[in-house]
Amino acid sequence: MKPAPFDYLRAETLEEALEALHQAGTEARVLAGGQSLLPMLNMRLARPALLVDIMPIAALREVADAAGALRIGAGIRQAALQARPGLARQQPLLAAALPWVGHAQTRSRGTLCGSVAHADPSAEIPLVLVAMGGHVHLRSRRGARRVAAEEFFTGMMATTRAEEEMIEAITLPHAAPDSGHAFREVGRRHGDFAITACAAVVDARSARLAVGGVADRPVARALPLPSDPALEDALEQFAWSLEARDDLHATAAYRRHLVRRLGRAVLEEAAACRA
Amino acid sequence: MDDCGTPPGTLHAAILRSPHAHALIERVEVERARALPGVAAVLTGADIQALTSSLVVGVKAPMECWPIAADRVRYVGEPVAVVVARDRYLAEDALDLIEIRYAPLPAVVAPRAALEPDAPVLHAGLQGNLASDRSFRYGDPEAAFAAAPHRIAVEIDYPRNACTPIETYGVVAEYEPGADAYDVLANFQGPFSIHAVIARALRVPGNRLRLRTPPDSGGSFGVKQGVFPYIVLIAAAARVAGRPVKWIEDRLEHLAASSVATNRATRLAAAVEADGRITALDWDQIEDCGAHLRAPEPATLYRMHGNMTGAYTVRHVAIRNRVVLTNKAPTGLNRGFGGPQVYFALERLVQRIALELRLDPLEVLRRNLVPASAMPYRTASGALLDSGDYRAALEAALAGGGHAELLARRDAARAEGRLYGIGYTAVVEPSVSNMGYISAVLTPAERQRAGPKNGAQATATINLDPVGSATVHVASTPQGQGHRTVLAQVVADELGLHPQDVRVVTEMDTAKDAWSIASGNYASRFAPAVAGVTKLAAERLRGRLARIAASQLNVATEDVVFAGGRIFARGNPDNALPFARVASASHWAPGTLPADMDQAVRETAYWTPPELTAPDEADAVNSSLCHGFIFDFCGVEVDRTTGQVRIDRYVTMHDCGRVLHPGMVAGQVTGGFAHALGAALFEEHSYGADGSFATGTFADYLVPTAMEVPEPVTLHHETPSPFTPLGAKGVGEGNCMSTPVCIANAVADALGLKDVTLPLLPARLAAHIHGPEAARPGGGAVPVAGGRQLFGEGSAMVAAPRERVWAMLLDPTTLAAVVPGAHDVQRVSETEFRAEVTLGVGPVKGRYRVALTLSDLDAPQAVTLSGGAEGALGFGRGTGRVTLAEDGPERTRIGYRYEAEIGGKVASIAGRLLDGAARLVIRQFFAALAAHAGGGSAPREGIFARLLRLLGWRR
Amino acid sequence: MPRLKAGQRHWLHLTLNGKAVEGEAEPRLLLSDFLRYELGATGTHVGCEHGVCGACTVQIDGAPARACLTLAVQMEGAAIRTVEGLAPAPDRLSILQEAFREHHGLQCGFCTPGILMSLDAFLREHRRPNEAALREVLSGHLCRCTGYAPILRAALAAAERLAKEAGDA
Repeated sequence: MKPAPFDYLRAETLEEALEALHQAGTEARVLAGGQSLLPMLNMRLARPALLVDIMPIAALREVADAAGALRIGAGIRQAALQARPGLARQQPLLAAALPWVGHAQTRSRGTLCGSVAHADPSAEIPLVLVAMGGHVHLRSRRGARRVAAEEFFTGMMATTRAEEEMIEAITLPHAAPDSGHAFREVGRRHGDFAITACAAVVDARSARLAVGGVADRPVARALPLPSDPALEDALEQFAWSLEARDDLHATAAYRRHLVRRLGRAVLEEAAACRA
Repeated sequence: MDDCGTPPGTLHAAILRSPHAHALIERVEVERARALPGVAAVLTGADIQALTSSLVVGVKAPMECWPIAADRVRYVGEPVAVVVARDRYLAEDALDLIEIRYAPLPAVVAPRAALEPDAPVLHAGLQGNLASDRSFRYGDPEAAFAAAPHRIAVEIDYPRNACTPIETYGVVAEYEPGADAYDVLANFQGPFSIHAVIARALRVPGNRLRLRTPPDSGGSFGVKQGVFPYIVLIAAAARVAGRPVKWIEDRLEHLAASSVATNRATRLAAAVEADGRITALDWDQIEDCGAHLRAPEPATLYRMHGNMTGAYTVRHVAIRNRVVLTNKAPTGLNRGFGGPQVYFALERLVQRIALELRLDPLEVLRRNLVPASAMPYRTASGALLDSGDYRAALEAALAGGGHAELLARRDAARAEGRLYGIGYTAVVEPSVSNMGYISAVLTPAERQRAGPKNGAQATATINLDPVGSATVHVASTPQGQGHRTVLAQVVADELGLHPQDVRVVTEMDTAKDAWSIASGNYASRFAPAVAGVTKLAAERLRGRLARIAASQLNVATEDVVFAGGRIFARGNPDNALPFARVASASHWAPGTLPADMDQAVRETAYWTPPELTAPDEADAVNSSLCHGFIFDFCGVEVDRTTGQVRIDRYVTMHDCGRVLHPGMVAGQVTGGFAHALGAALFEEHSYGADGSFATGTFADYLVPTAMEVPEPVTLHHETPSPFTPLGAKGVGEGNCMSTPVCIANAVADALGLKDVTLPLLPARLAAHIHGPEAARPGGGAVPVAGGRQLFGEGSAMVAAPRERVWAMLLDPTTLAAVVPGAHDVQRVSETEFRAEVTLGVGPVKGRYRVALTLSDLDAPQAVTLSGGAEGALGFGRGTGRVTLAEDGPERTRIGYRYEAEIGGKVASIAGRLLDGAARLVIRQFFAALAAHAGGGSAPREGIFARLLRLLGWRR
Repeated sequence: MPRLKAGQRHWLHLTLNGKAVEGEAEPRLLLSDFLRYELGATGTHVGCEHGVCGACTVQIDGAPARACLTLAVQMEGAAIRTVEGLAPAPDRLSILQEAFREHHGLQCGFCTPGILMSLDAFLREHRRPNEAALREVLSGHLCRCTGYAPILRAALAAAERLAKEAGDA
């Protein structure tokens, strides 16, 4: 169980990385924390010809408050962000979800943007990004663009990122002063892929629920407030719309069941912590 | 194992394994692999078979058992080729260059299905999949059933699981051509009866197979018995390569193909009196040993044969034991060995008896337990239960484990509407296996011809060196049972030394050590047998030393005392000699020894208990020497929302005879408990109906972590075994037998379940709690089941006339133009196409050979497509019917239904990927179709490619 | 920075347990294999090579990480600590190791080095951890022998002693 051969480029600057990606095209992969990519390399599921290590690039190791949002560079590790002072206040949803991302031993190296790039439909960070209405910042030699999270994820490990593009950063709008947030996840064991994960954002007038692990990507939807009797039907519709499937660990019906129950629970919790 | 030094020039092996559950091997192409620089040898099944003989099969049946497939693969993960190269990385590169053409065959997965007359047959010589069928009768079960007021039965499908030690298998083998001899270092755990099997397979006499084991094996739990086919494989590879060869199994190999416990289909009925007393049992067991009957199988089925009545006084027993072969990995030793399968049925039955007769389950237990006064107690099928006061242990557990409080907690929880249940189990834990029990699979006449097999030979050697320090060697293979700690203590106690002064050597070497077929570390034999025989050796050595000292101290031998590193006269501690002085006398001054004493340098003791006799004419067999007793109870709560099981309290009472080392015993209990908890809640070696293997990584085979395993309350009730030197019995396996069913009984109590299937999937429990799901609002298709088998249907509206869509579907030039990643598209005939395609999802990319056939053409309305794809990452086969209907002048409705099966590497290790990928492909299909038909521009995604993906393969 | 070519070995310079070391690695060589076969530090064990079992956990620049999910070439200039670096002296175990011995926190010992490296890093930053926090750290490791109870006891005992020593100091 050893990786197939590849070249390795330790990129010191963004330009160097972008140039390498431009030249290698589909044969290159960006290496950041490596916590999703290395298992695939070891199992020889992935066999890129070139790995571009972007972790030495200083410009990507920045976390910044920018216009009411948190901008997280591609070099930021999950553990580092978890330890950021004030995270729970600015980004309560992210703060609640990060402990569910793998284990301490993988968060120490795994990056937030790496998880977004990997686009696993059960992953917590893409779910939070979608729930908060965040953005993905892509860059290639041709230029930069910004994609809304909900448009970025297109399926199982599929995104709108073009082959020579890399994620430069993600931005997450800060929690609105009047809003409440809640996150819950059900898996077989602690640290496993979520069978269903729910993230809720509730303010005085609106409620938004994002669900991971059910559809082939994280999906968010505006729903009636928890106090509104219409929520029941809306949740039911939402649960069915995700086209859940059976797998080894859970049935489609179970996933829909969790969307209804867990979904309501996080919406209520978010509404309660707002008050 | 991987830390052990290797000889200079050692090469590294990697093994190519079958992606198919059942297929004929049509062609093996290894030249490209051989040509890779750094590769020393590539061996196919034919190469190996030319150098070796089939492994001995434990039943009288016309079948062979090879460590590698030659003409046919029978399970996913079966070895098909071995590469030997400079390092492991290179060896795996070479594996990628081997091309094998398979002709897939239908597979059979479930044990009952394997017995159907039309089931696919694995071994042609057998005429079916039944390898053994024996019926046993003890007492008069028919009369007992006829006389009993109640007949209560359970039907159980016990799943497959395995103990998955964190250190995997490892083998270093070398061949010496001059002597025609093999030298093998492997983390094999015994029993060393297998040494004979390996030597025979390698076609050498036993003295030309030197088998050594490392000082430490990283956990085994029985599993490392199963390394032996790889010893044959790697030894043969070393012979061909002309160099020492090392192979370390990786985790994917381990999960797919090491050694799993059997799954078993059981029907068990009891004849029951109105008060809950069981008068007879009727067992019907179908044991699934996987694709090959690998030694010592079908031992899992017979290990418990003497104690099929558990802890109960049931005098009438009927047993039918069948052994079947299926397209799954071969089975072997795993902690609990046969116990989990038997006790799950028996103890579920006891709970059902209580339920159906409206009795307290504890009362049913009490009424059936073997009474203390009957000890030693001979069971109906021949086991001799050595000692115990089961009733007293049970009452002590209830009192000490807070049973009354637990009942109150249940009442309180239920009053709040929570789902809380209590389960009980009583089991007898056998240990120190009789090497003859497995011969019960033979008829008495067959046994007669084969000669008797029995006993449980254990050996220990103590050496005294010229400075008088003691070294102990035992024929055992430690895997964390505390050999060094316990044996040093045993010897030190006997010789009056400090434990740190005694050195314990735990490597085994069949060329130099005293050993026998029962040697090894299995069947919980360490404390009762291995520690026991060490005590015997120490006693004898002490006897010799006492005589030497007596003459020097001028006292009688009986008055010599060993303590504090000195040997002295009883009552006069000043009349003393240093222990080392006496212990070294044999080296420096043999002339001073008593005249009739040859030496006091080395003492080897052998021990086998006389109670372990061969099975008798009536098939009664004392399958194990010791029988510990366990009584467990637990309280669990099932989460109403998630269906997840939380263990509120688990109490386990053990009578394991004399406790030699409380810390070690505690570790064995908590360790066994964790395995059992995994079996109850998380672990299953899961196979699709087509034999594809679904739990190929630790992300899908779920081993419980510290977050999932609570600490049980452990209690002891010691009744020393009269049959072992130290009074100890085995202790490490019991919870694997008692705990899965105890938790199942508790969950059944919480939810009012009649039948319980392991593992206790939250999805399954939630479905029971909440009943069937309401229909989809507004109707609409319910998405079909995912998994390895994919079915689906759908439709799309396309803004193009029907004829154009039809032409598009059938045009090979369009095909060549639009299939993304196509390297080569060939039209073989009007209706047959072949292509080489590279496809990927995320970073997972693979190259595939694709074949597609069109049939049932009904232009321009319908066509059936069937196809297959095969590549390094997996394979797929499928058929689909596509229909085109006009829906206005420029509009066509395309409808499709498809069925596809997928398997191979991706299915085994990244099943999640497949399910998602299928959906991705479906969605892209509609987008591409609309774009192509509507825009008229070059489509971004080829329609035909999408269809191919839908129909044939996933990646 | 030149591109390191596949199939060729490249020199790496890093710190292992406080000492500067160098070794050669192909781009694809895993840190776990580099430590074991290139540097001879076999205390780090390999159990799954897909990041789940935790046996290969080492500390990279002070933080616990899976050596099997790290390429050796990523470690240029890094400070790595392995189980060989825990004992303060060859004849003396660390407080954590001593606690494992006392409380039978290991049986076969294969998963132990990884667990020690995680706990060592955790206890450095959390002086008075509760059982739940320790269980969470341990959940990044699979142990098949102990059932975790003795490991937890050892970890709690070590935490207490470390806190005491810190208090005394």
